[in-house]
Amino acid sequence: MDTQTDGRRWHDMGGQDAGPICDAQHDFSFWEKRVDALMVLCSGKGYFTVDGLRRVLEDMGEEAFETMSYYERWIASINQNLIESGAYTTEELAAQMAEVKARGATYGDASLGK
Amino acid sequence: MGTPALANEPLAVGTSVRIRTLMPPGHVRAPVYLRGKTGTIERAIAPFKNPEQLAYGLPAKEHMLYRVRFRAGDVWDKNAENPDDMIEAEIYAHWIEKMDQSHAA
Repeated sequence: MDTQTDGRRWHDMGGQDAGPICDAQHDFSFWEKRVDALMVLCSGKGYFTVDGLRRVLEDMGEEAFETMSYYERWIASINQNLIESGAYTTEELAAQMAEVKARGATYGDASLGK
Repeated sequence: MGTPALANEPLAVGTSVRIRTLMPPGHVRAPVYLRGKTGTIERAIAPFKNPEQLAYGLPAKEHMLYRVRFRAGDVWDKNAENPDDMIEAEIYAHWIEKMDQSHAA
């Protein structure tokens, strides 16, 4: 959790030593673009705002920041916010995940299979 | 020290302000590196619903959002490479306190 002695939280990094900035560019994969689009849809539908996205990302803690990729953290936060806002229940999520998994092992199968 | 600005009290451009030094544990929008620092109101942007309530899915009151201008030397002290550079940050009214006249530049 928070280890700063002055009370600041782990994500509030402005002004702290951070080493060189990595400016490498990369393309986003299809699933990452889908996660980004999902966030646009969720805020447009009124389920939650970018503030809720940020709140959960912060509460996930520094370990998640170090071990999960950017959009892995986003989809975890989006899911948490959707459950909190009543878009679906964990029970419904579990059933849907099982149904998608049953379509096949590859991303293409899971995306397009029916 | 300063006086906390009220959410519905407009702050004029050029007003000397200080970012409040509060340190609550939840989702807040004022970065720690600016808390306790003094700057001036660059402009009033618009009222927005308080993100610190929206973050928890709660009904949110509107607070004025200001762009506040800081001198790099006032923010980073001796670590500022160019002390006269300016840093501008968007800060909600409830994080701003007005500097007393005797402290104003």
